[in-house]
Amino acid sequence: MENFEPVIVAFCCHYCAYTAADMAGSMRLSYPANVKIVRVPCSGKVDSIHMMKALEKGADGVLVAGCLEGDCHFKSGNTKAAKRVTFVKKLLEEVGIESQRLAMVTMSAGMGTRFAQIAGEFTQAIRKLGPNPVCAGRGTCATAKVA
Amino acid sequence: MITAERKPLAEIIDSIDGCRRIVLAGCNECVTVCAAGGRKEVAMLASALQMDFMKRGKTLEIHEMTLERQCDPEYVEQLAPFIDQVDAVVSMACGCGVQEVVRRFKSKRVYPAVNTKFMGASERPGVWAERCHGCGNCLLGLTGGICPIARCSKRLMNGPCGGSSKGHCEISNDVDCVWQLIWDRMKELGIEARYEDVIMAKDWSTERGGGPRKIVREDLQ
Ligand code: SF4
Ligand code: SF4
Repeated sequence: MENFEPVIVAFCCHYCAYTAADMAGSMRLSYPANVKIVRVPCSGKVDSIHMMKALEKGADGVLVAGCLEGDCHFKSGNTKAAKRVTFVKKLLEEVGIESQRLAMVTMSAGMGTRFAQIAGEFTQAIRKLGPNPVCAGRGTCATAKVA
Repeated sequence: MITAERKPLAEIIDSIDGCRRIVLAGCNECVTVCAAGGRKEVAMLASALQMDFMKRGKTLEIHEMTLERQCDPEYVEQLAPFIDQVDAVVSMACGCGVQEVVRRFKSKRVYPAVNTKFMGASERPGVWAERCHGCGNCLLGLTGGICPIARCSKRLMNGPCGGSSKGHCEISNDVDCVWQLIWDRMKELGIEARYEDVIMAKDWSTERGGGPRKIVREDLQ
């Protein structure tokens, strides 16, 4: 458990979070390698089933990262994503999986520092929660754990 | 459409807890439109069940299938090739669909995964409201096209009652008084004189009062 390194899947909108992650890189800000980025055209493109599948397949935490309120490139994708995240969180509670494993965050393309900070804080929060109980029950996990 | 809502996960899990393999069967019609039991909801429920079983160190094999219409025998037949390999069928269709699966597969356990609610319409995205009780003798022609049977809390044939206030029903400010709606609509159509016509006591034998109903069309048999 002490050596537990969580795997975080971050669905990042191309127009903000993905660029922000890129910027974090060019600013030479380090953020945990635990965060695996999946680029999406809009956070609104992230369906409830994508969040569920990520956790079912063994991710320890899932981030949906979209644009700041009112700034969505497609008008309302980020608010739709936020509603879906709330919906899936409720379902996770029903399954008995900590809903904190899923979170919606917002940022603009220029916020490299914010991206790095969120990535660090979320990874830390999931580290504290421990491994995804789905993996614990299965005994093995699709994700790489540091021994 | 017939509307439905997913049952609490705990109830669904409870019904299939002893199972190793199930078919999770959705329906492409009403329950797809009201986002309760279509392909997407089947996938979501399958994933949730999977996580629950894995979390407890158990395994569950789920065969996801969404039939074109679960209330029609020719589509229910599509379950036949899989039925012997599973312990139970969990159906996300309305109660009609569930019962068609039961009728076809006599020795298989079948469990509902949704609560069937009412016949309704989608008012706006994410909101469905009751519209018709299938009374078997439609009187919409007398009421400006708005149904007092399904939409008046007291099923009054000649309303409103004394509880109608500022367009709301006395049971809640979130419920429109249907007799207000009927009056407004008649005025709009210029037929408010008809409002005074008394609607006679309804013969409920065409509704559930006459027992389970059936429609027989000999020309189609
Ligand atoms: S009058 Fe009867 S058939 Fe017509 S909408 Fe109302 S309940 Fe349905
Ligand atoms: S207030 Fe209107 S809708 Fe409510 S019970 Fe009375 S007549 Fe029916």
